[in-house]
Amino acid sequence: MEKIYSTKKNAFAIPRVGPETIQFLLAYSKALRIVKHRQFSFEMILN
Amino acid sequence: MKPLKEDSILVHDYISGDEKSLEILINRHNQRISSFIYSKVMDRDVTEDIFQDTFIKVIKTLKKGNYSEEGKFLPWVMRIAHNLIIDHFRKNKRMPKFEGSDDFNIFSVIGDDKLNAEKQLIKDQIDSDLTLLIEELPDDQKEVLLMRIYKDMSFKEISENTGVSINTALGRMRYALINLRKIIDRHNIVLTNS
Repeated sequence: MEKIYSTKKNAFAIPRVGPETIQFLLAYSKALRIVKHRQFSFEMILN
Repeated sequence: MKPLKEDSILVHDYISGDEKSLEILINRHNQRISSFIYSKVMDRDVTEDIFQDTFIKVIKTLKKGNYSEEGKFLPWVMRIAHNLIIDHFRKNKRMPKFEGSDDFNIFSVIGDDKLNAEKQLIKDQIDSDLTLLIEELPDDQKEVLLMRIYKDMSFKEISENTGVSINTALGRMRYALINLRKIIDRHNIVLTNS
């Protein structure tokens, strides 16, 4: 039978964002503080 | 086996301060959201950018306490991603991107006339050295040089301001330059930015 199938397992890899992006988001989430004052809310990034 | 926590519970835990819940939510929906974005933009880097922007919005909304769609977390995130994809295409339409090929690079035709960081540092150093050198000049020569070089005044204006003739002003400028060169030579100072 003619070989029409790819032997490479990852010939079509389903995209997923990398661990760096996820780590960035988690770090961002930890650093973000929301301070509310009356009707205003202030975003603060704490390092 | 531990039963999976529902999205709504994870969202609630995250709002209450449990950062780990966000990690579970991101990992749980990573593939679905990434595939959705990738299917529209067909570019892995853009997919990462839009995914990141999507979750930045999610994080902000949850932390501000503005989230009210209990039990419908994924459709809500997908809608944010969808809106950001539309923004991405709108932005590209307004500002079409030109990417050079191997044969032609646009940056070989147009250049940035600003100095690079290293040359800017050298220029700043030269400027400050020069300021110190000018301080060494006699007052009358220094005055003419500062007016001509830094204030961009003509010799006519300099003569009017200092109360000397144009020829005297020209002479003082000449001596100022000669004296500057002498000081530079005497101290072996190198002032170049090539």
